Amino acid sequence: MSRIAETLAACGAADRKALTAFITAGDPTPDATVPALHALVRGGADILELGMPFSDPEAEGPSVQRSSERALASGVTLSRILEMAAEFRKADGSTPVVLMGYVNSVMRMGYETFAARAGEAGIDGLILVNLPPEEAAAAQEALARQGIDLIFLVAPTTTLVRALGILERASGFIYYVSLKGVTGAHHLDTVDVERNISTLRKVCHLPVQVGFGIRDAESARAVARVADGIVVGSLLVDIMGDHAADPEGIPSALQAQAGVLRDAIDTI
Amino acid sequence: MSGSNKSPYRQPGPEGRFGPYGGRFVAETLVYALEQLTSLYESVKDDEEFQRELADDLANYVGRPTPLYHAARLTSELGGAKIYLKREDLSHTGAHKINNTVGQALLAKRMGKPRIIAETGAGQHGVATATVAARIGLDCSVYMGSEDIARQSANVYRMKMLGAQVVPVNSGSKTLKDAMNEAMRDWVTNVDTTHYIIGSVAGPHPYPMMVRDFQAVIGQEAREQCLRLEGRLPDLLVACIGGGSNAMGLFYPFVDDENVDMVGVEAAGLGLATARHAAPLNAGTPGVLHGQYTYLMQDEDGQIMQTHSISAGLDYPGVGPEHSYWKDIGRARYTAVTDDEALQGFRLLNRTEGILPALESSHAVAWVAREARQRSADEIVIVNLSGRGDKDINTVARLDGIEL
Repeated sequence: MSRIAETLAACGAADRKALTAFITAGDPTPDATVPALHALVRGGADILELGMPFSDPEAEGPSVQRSSERALASGVTLSRILEMAAEFRKADGSTPVVLMGYVNSVMRMGYETFAARAGEAGIDGLILVNLPPEEAAAAQEALARQGIDLIFLVAPTTTLVRALGILERASGFIYYVSLKGVTGAHHLDTVDVERNISTLRKVCHLPVQVGFGIRDAESARAVARVADGIVVGSLLVDIMGDHAADPEGIPSALQAQAGVLRDAIDTI
Repeated sequence: MSGSNKSPYRQPGPEGRFGPYGGRFVAETLVYALEQLTSLYESVKDDEEFQRELADDLANYVGRPTPLYHAARLTSELGGAKIYLKREDLSHTGAHKINNTVGQALLAKRMGKPRIIAETGAGQHGVATATVAARIGLDCSVYMGSEDIARQSANVYRMKMLGAQVVPVNSGSKTLKDAMNEAMRDWVTNVDTTHYIIGSVAGPHPYPMMVRDFQAVIGQEAREQCLRLEGRLPDLLVACIGGGSNAMGLFYPFVDDENVDMVGVEAAGLGLATARHAAPLNAGTPGVLHGQYTYLMQDEDGQIMQTHSISAGLDYPGVGPEHSYWKDIGRARYTAVTDDEALQGFRLLNRTEGILPALESSHAVAWVAREARQRSADEIVIVNLSGRGDKDINTVARLDGIEL
């Protein structure tokens, strides 16, 4: 069983909502990333999403845009990100790590090369925001050979027929985009989310993690109530930004914030 | 004619691919809107009422057909091939961009969407979008890089007069590509109420195909006009290329005419060797940006590079996917001219023909000035004069040390 499947199965068995925490690799400096990942796990994250910064992040709101700009300014590259993941994996053999970003980064390295190196680095999954299933066959095959899940997204505009097609090809988990908008948007409507994903969860054999627009403990709790887990990003990368001048304060601040989210979704 | 049922050229394929290029690399939220748009577009393509409405708008609002003008003094000054200019600069709003926005506005109306958005570089597409929005009473927001807002202030003012909201974009290089990122973010947020009018033959399927088809009126007219004036087809077609819509509009109806050569002229900026340019077909590699697989200016790590061109409309790191395909199969040739050469082309056309070309179109003029001399007087060249240069007067004057 893969680390993602194992982790989510354990959450399911324990009636624990999964917390997936996103930060951008290299933000604000490459040295900050691995300690930040460990801090998120200590704070209660079940899955780590490590952002691969891209120059043109067209689905991101201002928080992740700024985070990507800080990371790129720090000189981080995909090769360096894979090294960070490998370093994290040496000390943590069980927490799943999912890379998230845009297809051009991975395509430029080459799907086969990327998959082989990601496999070696102990990467468990990959989310490419702008790679819908229709365009994903080559990447998915290369990743599957290394036991890496290509995680697909389902959006509020995805029709049920289309969602069924996506589910057929999906592995790991389904990333449900909670709203029409960019990451960190301010118009999350949890009633909408509940209505939309109740249908999805009826037909979905995989756990459903919901992200985009979760800004605080209250929205975390509201979304977690109707999903298998939540994904939080903008809130965490804002902490990285706030500590750009004081990177040593990042781990404790992240751990505390992850803890707040953990407590929120544990008290449903 | 190409595009008709008799043409052997059939691109894109069902997945929106031109050979390997194109496709639909977008966030899941947008897939439904793109599918909706594709099926609507497929249905109106052969719909007589839609085509009649479009033809009426092109004739009576845009002012088509535009002339195919024999540039006699330019021809004699260069002393070579006979040069014709396809006068897109004479269409309403002063550039070819309106051919596409008129068509897409009709689509927005059919979809019942009350709001349209656009990205713009030089501001010509923004003006053309704000114009059709004003005409049919739609709400309109235009995204524009803050650097472009500074160098194209006249067009910004025009858009505001037309009732559009001009939204400055301060991220990244503050130019066209960043405006397109921001427009995509708007669209993903307001997809139910908003139609996104992409201004070039770029972006996810169906845009490259649809914009090509709307712009093909340029080449259809030029082909007929040349046959009428000269009794034969031209030897060479020349157009500037940023995203590539004016070039594709001129070239596409000639795709099956094997003896008609085509040259697309990219912006070499400060020179192809300097990396301060916007010439992905000359100096780029394929990758994915803005929903399409196409030639891009990118670094070893797949990050999109900053571009530079004196003309805001060519200042884009990608190019329409059909041009990438044509480069690979050799159907068109892609070259580049520098900022300085483009300025010479700008002055040359003013001086010899009394025509003020856009800095974008000046790239095509500059390349022809170089090429025509090598060709004999019985060869016919058509240059697409994609837009007029009033918007660029401030930029050129500043280079002459004059503040207007």
